[in-house]
Amino acid sequence: MKKLIFFITFFIFLSNNYLLAVDKPTELENKIFKNLRCLICQGQSIYDSQSDFAESMKIVVRKNLSNGMSEKDIYQFMRKNYGEWVLYNPEINKGTYLLWGLPIILFIIGGAIIIRKLGVFKK
Amino acid sequence: MTFNFIGNYSVIISLFLSFAIFFRTIFRLKNLNELIKIDLKKLIFFQFFFILVSFICLLILFINSEFSNITVYYNSHTTKPFFYKVSGLWGNHEGSLLLWLLILTFINFLYFSRSYNRPTKERLLTVIFQQIIIFGFTAFLIFTSNPFNEIFPSPKEGLGLNPILQDPLLAIHPPILYLGYVSTSIIFSSGLSSLVMGNVNSNWAFHIKKWILCSWIFLTGGILLGSIWAYYELGWGGFWFWDPVENISLMPWISLTALLHCVLVLEKRSSLGSWSIILCISTFTLSVCGTFLVRSGILNSVHTFANDPERGLYILIFLFFIIFLSLVLYFFYEDKLNFSNKSFGLITKESHILINNWFLMYFLSVILIGTIYPIFLEVISNQRISVGPPFFNKLIIPFLIPFLIFMSLGPNLGWLSSKKIEKKIILLTFFIINLFLSFFILKIIGKVKLLTLLLLAANFYLFFTTVKDFLKKGYKNFSQTVSHFGFSLLILSIILNAIFSKEIIANLKVGEGLSFENNQIIFKKIETSSGPNFEKIVGVFIIKDKKKIDTKFMPEVRIYNQPEVITSEAFIKTSIFKDRFLVINPVKDKTYFNVRYQEKPLMVWIWISTILIMIGGCINFLRNEK
Amino acid sequence: MKNKIFVTISFVLFVFCFAVFYVGLQKPNTYTPKLDKQIELPNFEGNDFFSGEKVISDNILKKNSYYIINIWASWCIPCRAEHSFLMALNNKNFNLLGINYKDNIINAQSFLNELGNPYSEILSDKNGVTSIELGAYGVPETFIVNKEKKIIKKIIGPIDNKKFNEILELIK
Repeated sequence: MKKLIFFITFFIFLSNNYLLAVDKPTELENKIFKNLRCLICQGQSIYDSQSDFAESMKIVVRKNLSNGMSEKDIYQFMRKNYGEWVLYNPEINKGTYLLWGLPIILFIIGGAIIIRKLGVFKK
Repeated sequence: MTFNFIGNYSVIISLFLSFAIFFRTIFRLKNLNELIKIDLKKLIFFQFFFILVSFICLLILFINSEFSNITVYYNSHTTKPFFYKVSGLWGNHEGSLLLWLLILTFINFLYFSRSYNRPTKERLLTVIFQQIIIFGFTAFLIFTSNPFNEIFPSPKEGLGLNPILQDPLLAIHPPILYLGYVSTSIIFSSGLSSLVMGNVNSNWAFHIKKWILCSWIFLTGGILLGSIWAYYELGWGGFWFWDPVENISLMPWISLTALLHCVLVLEKRSSLGSWSIILCISTFTLSVCGTFLVRSGILNSVHTFANDPERGLYILIFLFFIIFLSLVLYFFYEDKLNFSNKSFGLITKESHILINNWFLMYFLSVILIGTIYPIFLEVISNQRISVGPPFFNKLIIPFLIPFLIFMSLGPNLGWLSSKKIEKKIILLTFFIINLFLSFFILKIIGKVKLLTLLLLAANFYLFFTTVKDFLKKGYKNFSQTVSHFGFSLLILSIILNAIFSKEIIANLKVGEGLSFENNQIIFKKIETSSGPNFEKIVGVFIIKDKKKIDTKFMPEVRIYNQPEVITSEAFIKTSIFKDRFLVINPVKDKTYFNVRYQEKPLMVWIWISTILIMIGGCINFLRNEK
Repeated sequence: MKNKIFVTISFVLFVFCFAVFYVGLQKPNTYTPKLDKQIELPNFEGNDFFSGEKVISDNILKKNSYYIINIWASWCIPCRAEHSFLMALNNKNFNLLGINYKDNIINAQSFLNELGNPYSEILSDKNGVTSIELGAYGVPETFIVNKEKKIIKKIIGPIDNKKFNEILELIK
């Protein structure tokens, strides 16, 4: 046991010059970071922002992930604390039906006009 | 002092000239048989001249750092390099508006002196619409944002320009972008007057095409510059953030692109006239709408000007006046646009352009709705949401696939409509080959996703068809081939960039290092030195790549003295295949630095391909291509 | 006929858009989280300010009593201004929980020595995690929690006379 501890400390000592425990964000973490809006510099996601607040938010996301929360849980958690505004990817709900639907509706209307104009169904 | 005075009064004179021109033109319209030559042109020239005088006055105030002028006081500083003293002029709301006005009057003058071949009545009407716009902006400048206000007693030192604006690219970005925005006003005025005159025909199309191209080229250039700037200054390796201000510049661009294609059809076949007019109106309206959204502060973005609700209200009223005017004129004179009602048929140039427009309008509506929806929702239900990149990506990317395919088929319509079945089969097999090609590429990386696969395949399709077109048709339709090829290259670079980008973020202090995908990043030391108006901390990094070649990276942290702001300057090593991007930020306790290292493949190709798109436009502009 | 419908729709849309933008202009463009309904106090954890031991919210919050949670830091200037109000709240019938936000322990202690310690308990929040778990926006910020452990009010920024009276009103 003692040997093992010695080994570990030795190893840490060695690696102190290089490769100090780098907490490299995973792909999932980055995805979540990019989707959360920073409340301090309000035009940026916490991924882009360097503000203190964004850094803390990243720690919270990481902590929650390691506590077994899923991506969705984290969004729910942030939404509960800070309102829908923090999410860059708006959820589909009563307020955002039109946001998601309107472009598609316009696309279909446009298509209908063009089909008429092209005379597909006319001889 | 004197310059303040001169500048201020020249703008006012120019406002009065606006009146004079307006009534003079109306008078002329009533007595058409009189020759309009000298006097109107002179008036229009003087209008431009007086704005130029006041612009030069403000420029001198900036260069001499006369802080008795409030605009100079807020945006300049004696220690600032000369170049940024000049660009400081348009780095703020008031000055940039004066620049806008300068370009507007210049373009107006240019139009008037270059349009002798147009019917007199149409020219006069265009001048009237132009004067309404010029009057609107001049009054806006004088009453809500006068750059020549004074403060007394005059301060010894100015407050300085926001350091992130102290950048060569961003200094030339506004003039170029404004040239693009402002020339859409000519398209608008000319479109409305030809609507009123009822001469929306191929002749007019040929005339307006030049203006459309000119404005399109500058707008593309402006967007490109802004994007490059964002890449190395603002964002950490990103070049497009779907930020409201970026969206605002993209919307007129899309509308203009649609118009450009429409006008080509109008020129050749005299159809799509009413649709072209709608696009003329919407392009300019979107430009003004952009001005409104940016300058009123109604939106929340990284780069808005200082906001003032009074200004917002003014532009809002102006914007809606313009929309109202165009709506009324459009509905009133719509019958004059009666083009033949017969259908186009499936495989014709018209149908192809219509489909192109259909997709462009869809992209436009996604961006427009995504940008302004939060305002509507907040007003109506008090609910605040953010619409960010995921929204735009989800709604735009899938639709790019058919868009790209149509784009490649368009120039090959002859093949599609030909009776021979072989030609159709060739087109199809060509697509399937591309599908396989993309599949293998994605398989090698191990990121096979249906959406990326199809997108890549569609894009390769466009890529190779344009190459084929060039080889086969040579210089016929050269501009189109170049632009379309540029577009496919752009999308290709963006896709590959998104797939292959790698990054690592870590907190390091001097002497530490880390390894990353066969690279060794070592933080050697920090050096401090000072620039003209900032102190800088330079981090010296050595990056060993897998061939054991050392490259020195020297990202900076700059501490500007006036105003006191810390910025990070990324160090970027650009090569044909990839950009290597290193940026550092001080962490709170100062011993550690937050280090971000990114490898961004094909970054430089994103810029090159956009330049290619522009070159395509320039070729068309110069060659008078049909 | 069809044309008329089209014209009418355009003008209705026109007026509607104008109205929306007009109202939108009057609203602030920066976002501050608002509390429009009572929400349950989230679980949070931090370290005890004095002993440094880890503390979980469930363990320290007593049942059936009002809580005021105040986030402060010695480096935050408005916190200094609001401190006298907190001191005045001290002897009322509720618990005052302090959260020391990203602060240096020594500075924080001398801050309390100088201005007094109104808190019945202090958690130290070294990296800002506790505050985010609570849903706080910055310093200073004050939450009022009722007996059912629901947040009934959030005060962003320092407490002033008016807000002080509001608090007294709420916890009567």
